[in-house]
This record gives sequence, C-alpha cells and structure tokens, in this order.
Amino acid sequence: MDRRLFLAGTAAIVVLPLGPAAATPDAMAEAIKKVIGEATPIEGRMKLDVPPLVENGSTVPLTVSVESPMTEADHVKAIHVFNEKNPQPNVFSARLGPRNGKAMVGTRIKLGDSQRIVAIAETSDGKFWSVGADVIVTLAACLEESP
Amino acid sequence: MRRRLLVVGLGLVFVATYAAAQVGSQSGADKRRSGYRDMGEALQKMQDDDTANPGMLFVQLGSQLWAKPAGVANKSCADCHGADAASMKGVATRYPAIPAGSDRPLDLEGRINLCRTQHQSADPLPPENLDLLALAAFVAHQSRGLPIAPPADPRLEAFRQQGEEIYRRRQGQLNLSCAICHDDNAGKKLAGIVIPEAHPTGYPIYRLEWQALGSLKRRLRNCMVGIRAEAWPLDAPEYTALELYLMERAKGLKLETPAVRP
Amino acid sequence: MSNILVNAPKTAKRGDVVEIKALIMHPMETGFRPGPNGRIIPRNIIERFTATWNGAEIFAMDMSPAIAANPFVSFFAQANESGTVVLRWTGDEGFAAEHRVDITVA
Ligand code: HEC
Ligand code: HEC
Repeated sequence: MDRRLFLAGTAAIVVLPLGPAAATPDAMAEAIKKVIGEATPIEGRMKLDVPPLVENGSTVPLTVSVESPMTEADHVKAIHVFNEKNPQPNVFSARLGPRNGKAMVGTRIKLGDSQRIVAIAETSDGKFWSVGADVIVTLAACLEESP
Repeated sequence: MRRRLLVVGLGLVFVATYAAAQVGSQSGADKRRSGYRDMGEALQKMQDDDTANPGMLFVQLGSQLWAKPAGVANKSCADCHGADAASMKGVATRYPAIPAGSDRPLDLEGRINLCRTQHQSADPLPPENLDLLALAAFVAHQSRGLPIAPPADPRLEAFRQQGEEIYRRRQGQLNLSCAICHDDNAGKKLAGIVIPEAHPTGYPIYRLEWQALGSLKRRLRNCMVGIRAEAWPLDAPEYTALELYLMERAKGLKLETPAVRP
Repeated sequence: MSNILVNAPKTAKRGDVVEIKALIMHPMETGFRPGPNGRIIPRNIIERFTATWNGAEIFAMDMSPAIAANPFVSFFAQANESGTVVLRWTGDEGFAAEHRVDITVA
C-alpha cells in the first residue's frame, strides 16, 4: 500500500521543464558533418572516459584523449564532443597543438537523459577519428518544485 | 517526457543492495556511513580534489567575505575572529547550539547572522543567500575531518526530541517518515539512487542537482517536497530541531564540508 | 571579480608535460529553462576559454550550454620555457575573467 502510493506519487512529482525539441541522432549527425565534411571518421586512437551510470545528469565528468606523439609533424588539432539528446548537439570544441604535449581534455557536461556521446578528433594529417560511449542517467529522487 | 516518467516509474522499486549485509549488524562496529560512501567513484574524486570540487569556489568566496568589512560597524569577521580563521576550527562540529544570552538553538548560518546583526550592525542575510552560504562553507571547512560533536547543553534536549519526533512522523501525501527511507531502507535503491543514511556530514553541500551550493535546510526541504509534505519556510524552527537530531545521530562521523552530492 | 581555482605546478623540468586544471564560478544558464514565472531564463554562458603561455595560444575551447555550471576544464601543456600562463574566460553579458600562473622551468 505504502509502496504503491509512493510509486505513484513520486513518479508524478518528476516534473521536467519542457524544453524545445531535443537534438536527435540526426541533428548530431548533421553537427558532426559540419565539422568533418564528407570525411569518414576512423574508429580508434581515442578514449572517451565518462561514467557509464551517472547519479545526476547535471554535472557529468568527461575526459577525451587521443593517442598522438603531439609533435609539429604529427599532432591532434581539435577535439569535438557531441550528444544526441540535449537541446543542442554540440557540447564543446577544443583546439590543440604540439604545445600540449598530450592530447587529453577534461570537463563536465550536462546530460538531460540517457544517451550516446560521440567524440571526434582531427589530426594534423587531415584525418578524423571517433569514439562513442553510452551513458545512463538516473534521476535525483528528491527534487524541489521551485528553487 | 513520457518515456522518462515511465523509466522513473519502473525504476522506483526498492532494490536491495547491501541491505542483506546489514542484517545482524549488532556486532558493535560502527556501521554508519556518510552519503559520500554511497556515491560513485567519479563523484568521490570530484569531492576529494580541492581544485576540482566546485564547493571550493564558494569556500574561496567565503574567505574573501571573511576579510571584508560590513555593516554600520564596518568590521570584518577577521577583525574579531582572526585573519586565518583558526578560531573557527571545530566550531561547525557543534552546531546547532544555543548562543550566550538566548534560549533558542541556532544553526551555523543563524550564528553567522547573529554576528552580522550584533557585531557588524548589518542586516541578517536571507536563507540560501550566496554570501551566507559561502561564509558558512568557509567556517565549516575549518572543521573538515573533525568528528561531529554536539554540545552537552541539556537545554538542547527538548529541541532534539522535537526533531526526532518529526523524523519518525509519517507525513505528506505519500504518508512516509524520514525513518522509513533513511533507517529502514537506507542502502537500498530508489529510482537507481542509493538511499543514504541522511547524515549531515558535508554542509553546505554542492549538490549537482542544484548546480550550486546549498544548506542542509534546503536539502531537507527537497526530501519534504519529495514525499509531498507541506514544507516549512526556510527560516522555520522545525529545521533547526531536525538538524539537532540529525547531528546527534551522526555524532562522531567526520565533517566533509564542502561535500559534493548528486 | 570572479572566483577561480587553478591547479598548475609552480615549477617544471624543461620538456615536462604538465596538467593544468581550472574551475570558475559561473551559472552556465542554458537559455532553455523556464524560470519561476514560466518565462525562459535568458542564456548566460561562457562561450570561450583560452590559455596562452608567454602570449602564444596553447589551448582553446568553445563551450555550449551543455557545459555544466561552474565549468571545469583540464588540459596539458609542454613546459618549454619559464613564463606566465594566462587563462581567460569570455561569454554572454560581457563576461570576462582572467587568471595568471607563473611556471618556472629549469
Ligand atoms: C565585533 C566582533 C565580531 C565580528 C565582526 C564578528 N563576530 Fe563572530 N563572534 C563574536 C563574538 C563575541 C562571538 C561569541 C563568542 C562566544 O559566544 O564565545 C562570536 C561568535 C561567532 C561564531 C560561533 C563561535 C563558537 O565557538 O560557537 C561564529 C561561527 C562566528 N562568530 C562567525 C562570524 C562571522 C562569519 C563573522 C563575519 C560575518 C563574524 N563572526 C563577525 C564577535 C564578532
Ligand atoms: C522516499 C524516501 C525518502 C524520504 C521519505 C526522505 N528522504 Fe531524505 N533522501 C532520500 C534520497 C533518495 C536521498 C539522496 C539524494 C538524492 O535524491 O539523490 C536523500 C537525501 C537526504 C539527505 C542528504 C544526505 C547527504 O549525504 O547529504 C538528508 C540529510 C535527508 N535526506 C534527510 C531527510 C529527512 C530529514 C527526511 C524527513 C523529513 C527525509 N530525508 C525523507 C530519500 C528520502
């Protein structure tokens, strides 16, 4: 009895701000195309570190790294991160160069829902690389109606 | 939106995790656990690293405010309590407490506001005001790592009992008590989240859900809203009573301010 | 005045690759959320973070509203010569903040 009520009640209080139409896998594909043009990214050389299950989508730690000597002749020029379901597909675009010594960038992102994240790297030889990860976002149990 | 509700609905089943391990916990060892231990590794790391813990931005702001003169008296906290705030070490472990010349308990934010009105001739800061939270975080941070040590003042007993009574009372449309979740079902999962034991070890906390620093009152208020109970206004004495009970219940656990919580 | 926390080594050996971590207080308001009055809260984000070492840009990041509040950024830098690293954040509503760290390279 208790539990049933609880289920009903708590499910009902999860009121989400209805945002504009969310980004879709298509919107993500389009955003990626803007960056890489007609090139086909190669899967590999990259690592996308993000917890597979996050306790709260509002601050998700994420680290992207690319295997690269980071020399004048052979380095990572840019790292881009995209997502499927936030209102916008772009998360960030970082510009790097040989002065970084190591191609690794960390930040924290917002994820409104469980979804796939994709990172793309551009190397100095004009190639594109990619890696993806699925993240499951659980919802906080005790929210507030208004701040 | 609809899909997310569904996911929540399905997830809202108490899933036993280490509950079985808790059965027969009469062995005498202290089994109480801070909410820190219920978090994933990523969030524990975020809390542990002082240059990655967003709560430390507010501690930094608090240290700036500590040195800034305020009010008609144009005095800073540092003028009376010392620039390095060493005098604040251990203070947060024993609040709420009854200040000299009064008979009502104040929590740390209330005590800071008393200094504003009494000693700085300034207006009290409203609940959840950024400067007040930052000052409280700065003061409580001086006690990080110290065990919670409620004062022995016998006058606090009545308030603490009131707090325990609230804690055990069923309330809200869901007719739940704090104890049903935080004593009887602690360690089990609710919508994918582990129900913590509700120890106030890290306040003010940086709660990811808020994307900001917030007080224990605000956190308690969230749980009241969660069970669809009428939440008291943030300056209601009921919160101080609950805080007193929770601090007694967490006696000996170490302060973590500023903690990170989901 | 912005609240900023930066973690970077004060000294490094020539050629060392050092990590620089930076945290800044900022709401990163997405521009998609309704406020208490039901109206959308205007977007207020940091759009760009840059790092220079003795004036030369070594790292830059364009941010979107999907970056969490109180943004955290970590990246690496090769310590080639002693100097000043300048971290700069710019964004909506004329937001601009700067933090300098001196790194001695031996
Ligand atoms: C004019 C001097 C003065 C100023 C300014 C002042 N205080 Fe105090 N403060 C006191 C006195 C006196 C006490 C009471 C000490 C006692 O009861 O033993 C006190 C007590 C406290 C306590 C409780 C200490 C304890 O051991 O329980 C805290 C916390 C505190 N002050 C914080 C602050 C903060 C934060 C500020 C700045 C916003 C501030 N004070 C400004 C004089 C001052
Ligand atoms: C339906 C179960 C439930 C009830 C009833 C409930 N809470 Fe909670 N409480 C939670 C969950 C779940 C969390 C973990 C936070 C989250 O939502 O992610 C929590 C978190 C907390 C915390 C934060 C602990 C920390 O580590 O900082 C405190 C304190 C707390 N609750 C106190 C209370 C009090 C006091 C009451 C009664 C007024 C109460 N709760 C009622 C489920 C509940």
